[in-house]
Order: sequence, then C-alpha cells, then structure tokens
Amino acid sequence: MNGGHDLGGKQGLGPIDPEPETQEPVFHEEWERRVFALTLATGMLGHWNIDQSRHARERQHPADYLHHSYYENWLVGVEKLLTESGLLDKDAHSHGLRIPDPPAAGKIMSSGGPTAMDADKPPAFRVGDSVRLGKIHIQTHTRAPSYAQGSTGKVVTHHGCHVFPDRNAQGNHVGEHLYSVRFRAEELWGCDAEKFDVLIDLWEPYLQALDET
Amino acid sequence: MPHDHSLDHDQDHTDLPSDLELRVKALESLLLEKGLVNPDTLNTIIDTYENRVGPRNGVHVVAKAWTDPKFKAALMNDPTAAVASLGYTGRQGEHLNVVENTAQVHNLVVCTLCSCYPWTVLGLPPVWYKSAPYRSRAVSEPRAVLQEFGTELDAGVCVRVWDSTSEMRYLVLPLRPQGTEHWSEQQLQQLVSRNSMIGVEPARSPEAVENTSS
Repeated sequence: MNGGHDLGGKQGLGPIDPEPETQEPVFHEEWERRVFALTLATGMLGHWNIDQSRHARERQHPADYLHHSYYENWLVGVEKLLTESGLLDKDAHSHGLRIPDPPAAGKIMSSGGPTAMDADKPPAFRVGDSVRLGKIHIQTHTRAPSYAQGSTGKVVTHHGCHVFPDRNAQGNHVGEHLYSVRFRAEELWGCDAEKFDVLIDLWEPYLQALDET
Repeated sequence: MPHDHSLDHDQDHTDLPSDLELRVKALESLLLEKGLVNPDTLNTIIDTYENRVGPRNGVHVVAKAWTDPKFKAALMNDPTAAVASLGYTGRQGEHLNVVENTAQVHNLVVCTLCSCYPWTVLGLPPVWYKSAPYRSRAVSEPRAVLQEFGTELDAGVCVRVWDSTSEMRYLVLPLRPQGTEHWSEQQLQQLVSRNSMIGVEPARSPEAVENTSS
C-alpha cells in the first residue's frame, strides 16, 4: 500500500531541521522508551514478523500517520498487533507462553533475525541488466516505493535470496531474489532534477526485464 | 482508539500526564498484569539501546578501516562478518553493506518507507532521519538536503542515495580527512561523527577537533 508512509519524493513537508548530533538524546520522553521496549519485548513472543509490524504502522489514515510522532506510530502499531493477533486476550501463565527473561532477550537482540534464504530457482537478472520497476498498486504491504514504480534502472548488485516482505506480511515466509537497482535522477524526476543516482533494493517479483534493443 | 491530537502535541509544562503517556502506561500495566512482558526485560532492552549499542560502534569500524588495510579489505569484501569480528552483531545489522565515499563519489542513506538504519553500528536513528522531510527529500533533492546540514559538495561529485527498502543496512565509510596521515586509530575516532556515517556530513576536520579540545 502507498499510504502516508510511502514518502519518497513527496513535497511540501518542510525543512529537516536536525537537532545537533552532540545534543540529541536517544529518547526524548519516558513514554517513548516504554513504547520502544514494549514493541521489542512483545515482538519477541513470535506472534508477528517484522513486515507485519511495519504494515501495522502503515495501516492508518495518511493524515494520522503524518501527524503522529515516530513513536506514536509505533504505539498505534503495537496496539493493533496485540489485539489482532489475539495476544492481548491471553494470559501468559494459563496459555503456557514463554516470556523472554533478560538473558534470553539479550540473546535475541544480539543474534537478530537474518532474512537470507536458500534459493529454489536461479536469479532472473544479472548485474548490468536493465529492468523496470513495475506498478505495484496493491492494498497490502509492499516495499516497492511508489516514486520509482514504472521507472527503469540497472541492476548493480544481486544480494541472493531474501524473505519477500509482500508475502511475509501475509504470514508466508518465502524467499525471492533481491537486487540493488540504480535509477538516474532524471528518470525518476525529469531532466530538471539535480544530477544523482538513487539505489533501491528490489525483489525479483517487482521487476520486469527490458529489451536491450 | 480515538484520541485528541491537540493534546498529544501540546508542549505545555504542567505535571499532568498527557493522553499519550496514559495510553502507554495503560498498555504496559495490562501486559504486565497478563504476564506477557517481563519488567526486567523491558529495562534490559532500554539499557541496550540507550547505553550499549550506539554510533561509537560505527566510529570504531570506520577508524579501523582508515588505519588497517587488511580490515578495510575484509570490510569491503564481507561487511557483516568484518563488523561481527569487532563484536557488533544483532538486530537491524544482520546484512550490512558498506558504501565508501571517495573524492568522486558521495553516498547518502535514507529509508523512504520507514526508518531502516544499521542499529548494530549506529544505534537507534535520530529524529530527523525518521522524519517526513528527510524521508521525502533525500531521494529527490539530495544536494539541497545536504546543504541543510551545512554540506556543500563540488559540482563534479557523483551523489548516490541508498533507499533502504530491504533488510540490507547501509553504513557510509566517510572520506578520511586530509592532514591526518600520522594520526592513530584512537585519534581518528574523534573525527567520525554519526552523521558522517549516514552521509549527511563529511567526517570532522582535524582543525574542528583541535578547536573544541583547546
């Protein structure tokens, strides 16, 4: 879905106004700390994956998404995940849920969750191939940003096979080949744009082969 | 859950908790009551990302790459393994890519769709990195964005913007400042800012560091 989160190239959002690096705290409010920790801790129970978690934050009215602060969007997301997954109706003890203690949580945080998978087919594209990012106008989760849809670029890296977010957000843990694709600024924004390149990580199902001739 | 937006964003200096604070407290209480979170685990998570994992990890990586050619080669060849060899592993750093700035190429990292960021080497992202203005503009007018950070690039420098749409996480290896040929790894660490590893600024100049320490 191309909701309020799909921001690449949007205009009218104002200056960046960065806080000086040496003065910026990790969290600005106590509730932000709590939302961050609650999101990670409940995520460790394995009732949803990272793409479902991202999609839960995206599934809001775009005006709300943009109006909310960052951790407010996290709060909206974790509330949704807890209710939709039914986890909030459960009691850890009577449902026999194993709740990570600090050492178990430490292990989860330091090992992470790699997304590389074994490929069940060879890659369709090679480095140097010209490809077009297709139109992915779906209501469900996708990582094909709308600003580059329909544009043509060149494959610069093949990263192997990785969990495909569009299916993972539906609870299907399947892999697809992943590539970094380079787009010229003028292809994305027209000839009056600054001269630069944008590199986007895109999965094979998003991409179409282009005839070189 | 309906709520009044105006209350959430009020910067009023009263002692009353905001709707938002109450909502978070209510959620935490409910989860604790049902035994769905361990209170000590919450503190461990906060301590990890507030005090243990942060840009100093990336500073170590960059200063070592500037001074140790073998490490630099390993870092460019297999970034995830090279960074793990320094002890930095975990969430949001499972698949690292290092993009090197040179006299001809300047790299800049963004996540237009959310806030993807290499936690293992940089910690949690700053507010501006997660903000709508940065996420919208980094891919459409990067030089204008760099100027807002006080960064001016020569017209001939090729700008590459990396939109972190997958679980690949990007770390910029900044250009080593001139006049630091005889500096040790330890000394060079002072020149590596978090912002230089996102690509919005160059590394600090030796003069800038000397001025602040004198």
